[in-house]
Amino acid sequence: MKKKNFRFAVIDVIYIMMMTLPVLFGIILKILTNPQSEGVSITGAKIYFEIPMPLQNLFITEAQINSWLVIISVLGLCLYMTHGLSVKAKTKRQVLAEWIVEKTESLVNESMGDYFKGYAPFIAAILALSAFSSLLSLFGLFPPTSDINIVAGWSILVFILITYYKLKGGILNYLKGFTEPIFVMAPLNVLGEIATPVSMAFRHYGNVLSGSVIAVLVAFALSGLSSLLLGWLPGAIGEIPFFRIGIPAILSVYFDIFSGCMQAYIFAMLTMLNVSGAFPVEEFEKRRQKKLLKKKI
Amino acid sequence: MEIAISIILGCCALGAGICMGIGAVGPGIGEGNAVSKACEAIGRQPESKGSVTSTMIMGCAIAETTGIYSLVVAILLIFVAPGMFVELLKSAL
Repeated sequence: MKKKNFRFAVIDVIYIMMMTLPVLFGIILKILTNPQSEGVSITGAKIYFEIPMPLQNLFITEAQINSWLVIISVLGLCLYMTHGLSVKAKTKRQVLAEWIVEKTESLVNESMGDYFKGYAPFIAAILALSAFSSLLSLFGLFPPTSDINIVAGWSILVFILITYYKLKGGILNYLKGFTEPIFVMAPLNVLGEIATPVSMAFRHYGNVLSGSVIAVLVAFALSGLSSLLLGWLPGAIGEIPFFRIGIPAILSVYFDIFSGCMQAYIFAMLTMLNVSGAFPVEEFEKRRQKKLLKKKI
Repeated sequence: MEIAISIILGCCALGAGICMGIGAVGPGIGEGNAVSKACEAIGRQPESKGSVTSTMIMGCAIAETTGIYSLVVAILLIFVAPGMFVELLKSAL
């Protein structure tokens, strides 16, 4: 019995390390690659190295590395929470895990309907990935969601899902959908189709990016203010930007924590609404009944 | 040459400011409407506060979209456009 407990604890420690080590690795990588600099700098993701590819070189950027770190971290969290499950919930982590699963399933059931029951893991994955990516900025790392490439990848995935479910009503019906209400509207309808993933990507990316830009601007303005007001203090004390201590953190509560979690929720919600809204229930039922009739004959 | 570059920089900054200023009006009005209606709904039916609040936040975030678009355009105008235009000007001359 005791040996089993020891093994349990060792695996627990491994999972906890799996959660925390990626973040530490990211911080170390950031410290090693970014030279210390004064003043304001708003740049995109740093390019670490390039991989030669036939059409164009593949850039491996900070955003990609950070998002992989988030993926490993979330995997560690999931493994930790589901470690040592029992039929009756004994540990706190099992209660938490059950709560999360129940909440996501009820959310998916409420907003997507019965046909999309299997979507709960996908939605939970999007939620966790997006929320933890945005929260990565709390550690001073580059949040992957403030790079449009990452978010555009997710929204292209959603676009593929939308088109797949629209095609379930038949290709002819899908093509016919573009010419409604009249034939002249076809270009506008095509544009509207493309606008969905674009607007989703821009909404998420713009919200996270605006937070970091505003935080940098406010921090810079506060250091200017403190050098203006407290610059007369003698020696090294006058050079310390006192106003920069603590005040930008208040903004960070809104922009990093609230806005990040909010955008994750909205992205998941829009995914659910778009995918379930794209599914033509009546056409699908008609087609299925036709197929059944053919089989019987 | 210098005059042209300074005109480009000034116009980019001005454009970013105008873009953000006008772009913030719409979402502001829209979100104000949404919140006021949500307050009325909660006042009428206090027991439905939770669902009304979550729906309102969702709607607010969607109404914010146009504001976010103008923000992205403003950021592009400030950080990307000046360098690009100056490069164009230099290569043209």
